[in-house]
Amino acid sequence: MTAIEGLPVTVAAGIDPTMPPGPGGRSTASGVATTRRRGRASRVMAILAIMWLGLVLVLAIGADLLPLAPYDAPVGGPRETPGLRLHEPLGTDAIGRSQLSRAIYGARVSLSVGILSVLLGLAAGGTLGMIAGYFGGKLDAVIGTLNDSVLAFPPLVLLLAITAIFRQSLPTLIGSLAVLSTPSFVRLARAGALSYKEREFVIAARSMGASHARILTRELLPNLMFSLLSYSFLIVAVIIVAEGSLSFLGLGIPPPTPSWGGMVATGRDYLATDPQLVFTPAVIFLLTVLSFNVLGDRARRRFDTRASALS
Amino acid sequence: MDAGIPPPGMSPLLQLRGVSTWFETPAGAVRAVDDVDLTLVAGRSLGLVGESGSGKSVLSRTIMRLLPPNAKVSGEVIFEGRNLLSLPRREARRLWGAEISMVFQDPMTSLNPVVRVGRQLTESMRLHLDITRREAQRQAQDLLAQLGIPEPGRRMRGYPHELSGGMRQRVSIAAALACSPQILIADEPTTALDVTIQRQILDLLGRLRADRGMAMMLITHDLGVVAGRTDDLAVMYGGRIVESGPTKVLFRTPRHPYTAALLASLPRIGARKHARLETIPGLPPTVIDPRGCCFTPRCQYATTECQQEEPMLGEPDESGQRFACFHPIDAVTSVTAGAGGEQ
Repeated sequence: MTAIEGLPVTVAAGIDPTMPPGPGGRSTASGVATTRRRGRASRVMAILAIMWLGLVLVLAIGADLLPLAPYDAPVGGPRETPGLRLHEPLGTDAIGRSQLSRAIYGARVSLSVGILSVLLGLAAGGTLGMIAGYFGGKLDAVIGTLNDSVLAFPPLVLLLAITAIFRQSLPTLIGSLAVLSTPSFVRLARAGALSYKEREFVIAARSMGASHARILTRELLPNLMFSLLSYSFLIVAVIIVAEGSLSFLGLGIPPPTPSWGGMVATGRDYLATDPQLVFTPAVIFLLTVLSFNVLGDRARRRFDTRASALS
Repeated sequence: MDAGIPPPGMSPLLQLRGVSTWFETPAGAVRAVDDVDLTLVAGRSLGLVGESGSGKSVLSRTIMRLLPPNAKVSGEVIFEGRNLLSLPRREARRLWGAEISMVFQDPMTSLNPVVRVGRQLTESMRLHLDITRREAQRQAQDLLAQLGIPEPGRRMRGYPHELSGGMRQRVSIAAALACSPQILIADEPTTALDVTIQRQILDLLGRLRADRGMAMMLITHDLGVVAGRTDDLAVMYGGRIVESGPTKVLFRTPRHPYTAALLASLPRIGARKHARLETIPGLPPTVIDPRGCCFTPRCQYATTECQQEEPMLGEPDESGQRFACFHPIDAVTSVTAGAGGEQ
């Protein structure tokens, strides 16, 4: 039996660097101390990250209720510089549209694309990965091969291909980025399912007459949820960057709908004379991605301590 | 081989006929369970004893069809006229948990760590009994109270890690009993617990079994566990049943040298201080290509016959005892000493 139980661990460790460490394989005494010190600093970072994301989220959701200038019509002269004033504190873009309004409406695009496509990827990848890991055999081979071929494709080329085939729109963008985020979830869920499927509580559930579907949803899923959700934060950051790159290349959301990547792209021409056109959206972008990363890291660490405490 | 004839007036509930389980490995087929016949009688308890690696856990998992995919099984497990081993999974699932259920060795791992206790208990009831969530919860709470868990309502809302080992084992027993099964298989239910709790759990199992008229199969490596608590006993070695019969008879007059050696290795309260415990020399056999009696290398009575031929489990004598040995303990005294000798 030991050989059988040992197998999933080695397979999982061999395949996925995102795999949470196995039970019992963790910290030494000095490791605990550093973790604690890092913990305090990261708590401050996490609070700042939550504050920033909260602000962006509230502004993005409530954009229609705010007294904002329209994002698609000029409100002043072109390239007004930002300043401490009530009227257009972030200045205007190349054709005089409100930068503040465009940044906030841009947040809608970036966040909805980031979050929705990751949720889709999580659902699809989580399901496929759990099925592959739990049933193994041919099903695992088929899903694994498909997954590897998506991964083997250069992501940008894949995105370019998808946006070339389909009409440029928000659903297309979300769909293609969901495809891109799926493989990591497949791997994570597969590795998790492999490490849990031989556990005694799964065998106990089977001895109680539970069907495969029931075991997958009721026994395995609750155990995998922690790692999948905490990993989602990191993937949201990656996807927001991908969306920015696509918009920068002019393959994202069609204008005049603003997006951060698009704002950077149009501001690029004035980089020498008016760097704030690139700088403003870029900083907002950076802070948002950083916040997601900080939260994702923290969530993952929390999940790790849970895992090691349970063993 | 003939399945044991149950004593008159007692109907066999679960019958194992020629059950073998083997694992295909690169080194060859490992026979974990070899041609086992067993009968579980309604309302009685059967102890299955053997050391680690004797195949007792594999046997229990064979009955429940919980084996990993590389396991091969032959033989029959008859329950209510149907062979559990060949029943379609969909139908077998209806019996598992409802008619036959199992308690596992380690309550630390047999409960799902991230699912509330209450849901783990009500899960099988909702699956098998067709009752509402509220009703299932009420029943589960009653059951926990019956099993001696204080504040069952609060416990149900908690997670397994909030409970002690003994409490957790009570919870997993409650989960196994939730649908009032006819048969309970307890696979080393107390091995992971400390000694004082062991006794409580065993007494509890015994009481529940008597109250519910359940048949129970108690699997253990500890003869002390089965001593006063089971009606019948089967001793396993190297995947085979080497001796079986009523527990009292086996304890009084063990016929197979292995049973005798196991009994001799029990610590006794009346023993002289610092007396050495009897041990059985050697290691349990590896069961790749077994030939002859697998206890031969460790048996002081072994002869060349034992190496070449495999003794079969004999017909039960008048007390119901059966054994698989060419040189059973009683007979051995009349045989001239050193016949064949050790290897």
